[in-house]
Amino acid sequence: MAPGSSEGTYPEDLRYHEEHDWARIEGDQATLGITWYAQDSLGEVVFFDPPEVGATIQKDSSYAEVESVKAVSDVIAPLSGEVIEVNDALQDTPEKVNEDPYGEGWLVKVRLSHPEESETLLGVAEYRKLLDS
Amino acid sequence: MTRYTSATPDDRQEMLEAIGVSAVDELFEQIPAPLRLGRPLALPDGMSEAEVYERLAALAERNSDAEEQVCFVGGGMYDHYVPAIVDAITSRSEFLTPYTPYQPEISQGGLQVMFEFQTAMSELTGLPVSNAGLYEGPSSVASAGYLAMGATKRTRFVVSRGVHPHSRETLRTYSVGYGAEVVEVGLEGGLTHAAALAEAVDGETAAVILQSPNFLGAVEDIEALGAVAKEHGALLIVACDPMTLGILKPPGECGADIALGEGQPLGNRLDFGGPSFGFFCATEAQIRRMPGRIAGETEDVDGRRGFVLALQTREQHIRREKATNNICTAQALNALGAMVHLAWLGRQGFRELGELLVQRTAYARERLAAVNGIEMLHEAPVAREFAVRLDAPVEKVIDRVAERGIAAGYSLGRDYPEFEDGLLVAITERRTKAQIDELAEALGAAVAAERQGVAV
Repeated sequence: MAPGSSEGTYPEDLRYHEEHDWARIEGDQATLGITWYAQDSLGEVVFFDPPEVGATIQKDSSYAEVESVKAVSDVIAPLSGEVIEVNDALQDTPEKVNEDPYGEGWLVKVRLSHPEESETLLGVAEYRKLLDS
Repeated sequence: MTRYTSATPDDRQEMLEAIGVSAVDELFEQIPAPLRLGRPLALPDGMSEAEVYERLAALAERNSDAEEQVCFVGGGMYDHYVPAIVDAITSRSEFLTPYTPYQPEISQGGLQVMFEFQTAMSELTGLPVSNAGLYEGPSSVASAGYLAMGATKRTRFVVSRGVHPHSRETLRTYSVGYGAEVVEVGLEGGLTHAAALAEAVDGETAAVILQSPNFLGAVEDIEALGAVAKEHGALLIVACDPMTLGILKPPGECGADIALGEGQPLGNRLDFGGPSFGFFCATEAQIRRMPGRIAGETEDVDGRRGFVLALQTREQHIRREKATNNICTAQALNALGAMVHLAWLGRQGFRELGELLVQRTAYARERLAAVNGIEMLHEAPVAREFAVRLDAPVEKVIDRVAERGIAAGYSLGRDYPEFEDGLLVAITERRTKAQIDELAEALGAAVAAERQGVAV
């Protein structure tokens, strides 16, 4: 079984979505990625199929796919907006999603269309509680 | 024929009692009366086994096949000679079992065959990635469309009318589910109308789909036609006849992103239309969107060469409803037939076979076009098949020629109202000069008879 919240790291400055995504919100922009728990459950990530820059993403809907050695998973958008940057480095080094999920393993940057949506996201304590439940 | 139905009236009564129902009809009461038929189905009475045997034997007697007739019918499937070694190898029980080789430790033979087949198709098409085979040609075209949609995030296909009618039909059928649109571009002088194609392709086009040789047998200029796809960021999909790949420039060297086709001409007999298989090759950029299975080469723990299924994340046991087309399990046997045939021919033999087809086809085309009442439908270059116009009803001429044990060809009017007087004639290495001469003579006589209104 996947570990609870005692394993892995969950930075304080991020907001979390229950589908195991994180958002680093800076003004009207946010950087998105998947959590330590998500990458650990997926196993070794071998491919990231990103959206196009300029694409519109919708909170709670899939915006990309992450492929690991054992599964292909939709990545769910924690917030809505327009994709302004994609982490192209992951094309050559998708393992960064495992090694550094909150740093070099970020997936996309978006310009938020509904910044108020962030209020519905979870804080660290709530997210850890979700993992332990 | 109820002798294998074991439920006696007593059995039924017991079952009805067990579920608390008094009669079978009660089970249907939930269906509103107006929707019920209210009478037995209009089926004939049952027959005894011996009677059924007689009936089926009489029906089978009416079949004709390419062993019995001199076959000039092509249109996607061809009467090539299949060497005995194909049967010797494909009938081995290890290969006959159509089961997905998920366990490499017990499937090295099957996996190696897949790998070798892929290697051969990759070399022939000039594209680096090949799968281990799909259901047949037409669904391979439709699957390529789906791949292009994923790659371009667009939903319009621009398809030449030179693409096999079954492929276009299958693509249209799939497109209903895909939410995609299919735009057809007509032919001129037997070839895809270049200006019309250029006009039809735009920034919304997911793929340009061509076939060479096309359904009329004409060899298309893929490089020139396909350039418009690149210009607009669409994929170029080329359906091809594997038998021509030893002599024509490989699609991969003409800018094709995907090259695919019906595999039957390689190592598979006509078999009343199937089963056959499709081949499917692509650029490395598309590897994760490839349909079907892919075998890969690897090393085992002791450093020995071995084979495994690769990139399985595309497949349904992992990707579920988002999986690519995976109708391919039983096609491995047909693809094996192709691989054995290719190995039997060898590099040199395969090219020579292609050259032989071109020469005999050129002879047949000239020979037929010289007959009174027959002319070329187009003058574009051909490889192994060509189209002529008959100055008499095509189906009637075919019937007349069939009486002489010759299947003259395919009536183009079945699929192309614009070529109602068209006959498509295919040549294989099994067709001799004498047979071609006889076809010319028989067609000439049949056309003349039809023009004079002579009764059959």
